[in-house]
Amino acid sequence: MTSVTENQLVGRSVARREDPRLLTGHGRFVDDIELPGMLHAQFVRSTVAHGLITAVDLTAVRRVPGVVAAFTAADLGLGDITARLDRPPAEFVPTAMPVLARDRVRYVGEPIAVVVARDPYAAEDGLEAARVTYESLPPVTCEEQALAPGAALVHEEAVRNTLVDVSLFATEGIDGIFENAPCVVRVEARTGRQNALPLETRGAVAQWDAREEQLVVHTCTQIPHQVRTVASRCLGLDERAVRVIVPDMGGGFGLKCVVGREEIAAAAAALRLRRPVKWIEDRKDALSASFLAREQHYTARAAFDADGRILGLDADVVCDMGAYSCYPFTAGIEPLMAAGEMPGVYKVPAYRVRGRAITTNKAPTAPYRGVSRPQYVMVVERLMERAARELDMDPLEIRRRNLITDFPYTGVNHITYDPGSYLESLDLCEQALKEAGWYDRQAAARAEGRHIGIGYSCFSERTGYGSAAFAARKMQVVPGFDLSEVRMDTGGAVTVTTGTMSHGQSHETTMAQIVADALGVDLAKVKLHQGDTDRITYGWGTFASRSITVGGSAVRRAAVKLGDKLRAIAAAEWGVPPEETELARGRVRRRDEPGIELTYEHLADIAYLKSHLLPEDIEPGLTATAAFDVTTDGTFSNATHGAVVELHEGTGQVEILAYVCVEDCGVAIHPQVVEGQCRGGIAQGIAGALFEQITYDAQGEPSATSFMDYKVPTAHEIPDVTIHHLETPCAFTETGAKGAGEGGTIGAPAAVLNAVNDALRATGVELDTTPITPETVHRALTSPALEQTR
Amino acid sequence: MNDTSGLGDDAQLITLDVNGTSYEVITAPRRTLVDVLRHDLRLTGTHVGCEHGICGACTVLVDGLPSRACLMFAAQAEGARITTVESLADADTGELGDLQRAFSDHHGLQCGFCTPGFLMLAQGFLTERPEASKEEIREVVAANLCRCTGYQTIVEAIDACATARRAQRAAGTEETSCN
Repeated sequence: MTSVTENQLVGRSVARREDPRLLTGHGRFVDDIELPGMLHAQFVRSTVAHGLITAVDLTAVRRVPGVVAAFTAADLGLGDITARLDRPPAEFVPTAMPVLARDRVRYVGEPIAVVVARDPYAAEDGLEAARVTYESLPPVTCEEQALAPGAALVHEEAVRNTLVDVSLFATEGIDGIFENAPCVVRVEARTGRQNALPLETRGAVAQWDAREEQLVVHTCTQIPHQVRTVASRCLGLDERAVRVIVPDMGGGFGLKCVVGREEIAAAAAALRLRRPVKWIEDRKDALSASFLAREQHYTARAAFDADGRILGLDADVVCDMGAYSCYPFTAGIEPLMAAGEMPGVYKVPAYRVRGRAITTNKAPTAPYRGVSRPQYVMVVERLMERAARELDMDPLEIRRRNLITDFPYTGVNHITYDPGSYLESLDLCEQALKEAGWYDRQAAARAEGRHIGIGYSCFSERTGYGSAAFAARKMQVVPGFDLSEVRMDTGGAVTVTTGTMSHGQSHETTMAQIVADALGVDLAKVKLHQGDTDRITYGWGTFASRSITVGGSAVRRAAVKLGDKLRAIAAAEWGVPPEETELARGRVRRRDEPGIELTYEHLADIAYLKSHLLPEDIEPGLTATAAFDVTTDGTFSNATHGAVVELHEGTGQVEILAYVCVEDCGVAIHPQVVEGQCRGGIAQGIAGALFEQITYDAQGEPSATSFMDYKVPTAHEIPDVTIHHLETPCAFTETGAKGAGEGGTIGAPAAVLNAVNDALRATGVELDTTPITPETVHRALTSPALEQTR
Repeated sequence: MNDTSGLGDDAQLITLDVNGTSYEVITAPRRTLVDVLRHDLRLTGTHVGCEHGICGACTVLVDGLPSRACLMFAAQAEGARITTVESLADADTGELGDLQRAFSDHHGLQCGFCTPGFLMLAQGFLTERPEASKEEIREVVAANLCRCTGYQTIVEAIDACATARRAQRAAGTEETSCN
């Protein structure tokens, strides 16, 4: 180590750098941006789920007072948004998503034309005057319809409405294993379609800058560089002629880590009109016409020996991806995650999986926090519980017999898991619920005829997917690495840029902690800049819990390099080798004589303002750049969640009485932030388990288009969460950290579902599908089996 | 100045009292209070999350009571005292108020989009009911939506602020009685 760390900031919950502006109303979100001469865009959207467009008449729109322009696809002539996998046609069918629908619409809410007006109210008036006529086609609204022989096709090129169909692993002899196993259990599970629901809807402000010859697009995206790529290609501009700037973001959760059609259309309108154009999505469009996720159907079975050791896992996963493949991930995002990682934390010796993405006449899907892992963890944990019941074993004992304990462990899915605390987290979670008296209270409640259940989920979460992991999915554009630049100005203040894009995760604080430690400067000396494609050459943004693992490692490497340069300048001043120097609290000092030191301000003065003093082999300036990629399979955070629920007979309500999370994300840069990620993630997992579902009628009309119909849980429904930390540092990230963004969401549905099933034990009813509605619970609690036990 | 006012023949001149300052605004009758606050007065701390009164991101105080600024026309607010998040910090020094500090201390915000709504909700509620218990605070917090925090730290922040204010008042009373 070259830096002195007596005042180390990593590991401390320092005051968040983001807070003061956000607490005083001085954040700058996209709708806060106001440019001179700015116009406002809204979209004419399809009112049918599936049809051919026979005419789009915008004549009346253009006459509406305040409307400045209205454009169809033909008016703008934009390229399509197309994401691809490098897989054979039998495994993947690429489909083009036009920025505006041309001749065909595939979901209610699909954008057909953009109306630009002097103010947002006039733009809405304009929408009312649009006349679109359709020739209706039969809507495909569910898996059953999509896969039926002779079904209408959402995309003519996608036979059986199937975009992705992969069969993987198929361990030799797996059929024999199932035939001969003493215990085989099955689960058929469905999970509801959800909206990731950032509280800030999507939006963009675009403006042509004639002087810079650049289209400047302010947009709330998790992936600024990828928006730049798509915008430049759709618009026929050089990539350098597009600058994407991301202001403060009101959440994303994956919904904003794909390129949206409307942000490109708004940019095209601004380019055409040579005036700034703002588009702010309303909540109805956000719920029905943005990106959705999570509608999956699992048919799974697992074989066990008589001692409860798992012998094999066999699963079929069908993901309803809606009308289009998202960029850059494609419709493979959900099935490939599920198929690749389903064995999870257990030692599964034999595995076979088929994963499919089907296309339907519903709004398309994007990754949503956890991506398939909340679903397959739920299915695997249900299989564990069912096997425990079949074999009359304790449900935690059966998990203990199967959890991976020897690391690194290479699974049947060809993934190598780095060290974690799978068993330890389960033990601690059980102990926490026992010590809090929940097992005693459950017994007492049962004696009173009340329905209290305790449920667990064990899981790990691959974080820091590097290019190797994404390449294994055969994406045509392969995410993975990230870049950072750290520079010091003439006065010793430090600027950090990164290709990641915080939207609630506190990177302005945590990245600054990493840099401040590496250089030995105060936190206040360091400022992070992110979300500007002109400030950093490239980046992959923030998703997949990658920012601290990948971005944080790049940031630390760049900071260390800058420190090396400071040492080299000081060493030259002293005429000693750089190895004989070290960094210490804003100074470089001599190792042999620590009393001899030079301040960073002094060295910066030399580097910039007295560069004639520098030896020939040291370039002027104080700038360092670094890249980081994960070349292994990634690093796995892990956790065990424990939930206690009570089912209320009269109402069918599921009340969560207690929730414990034992998590291990390696070195926690900022423990309070990690806890915040856990709690917020758990709330979203509970939302999926009990409340939220985007529904459609038989015609494909969405029926949850406001918060009256889409039940987002409040402080009423979300319990306090007790968090315990374990720390298994990652060996190959620069800080020892693993990712922490998604785990909460991954573990919660399984824990809640298992707790509900535990509470239903006396009824003989087992539930495997989410959301668990009050109606389902009420029906289970009035089942005949329960009556017999009374 | 770009024209976002949506003015038509029916434009009207209204006077709004916001954070103790009187503003004259020419506006169309259909413009909501939140749009006028944000886009005419440029007080962009108040946010818009749903425009149908559920999420509470637009919560401001109208005559001291938490109200949804997306469900009111600006013209309806004439004659009322409007208070927004911009009023909470010290006007001269910019120093955060106690409620804001409590949100920061407890990590009661992540992305910060819902935060102004929760701050104004809590500010209005604690003024009305300074003795509120944590359970009562939780009930009130359930009026707004947050997608990041899971609510626990918002409840804890407001409860900590309420507790500190009570302690401060008690100390103040003691001091007074000693004198």
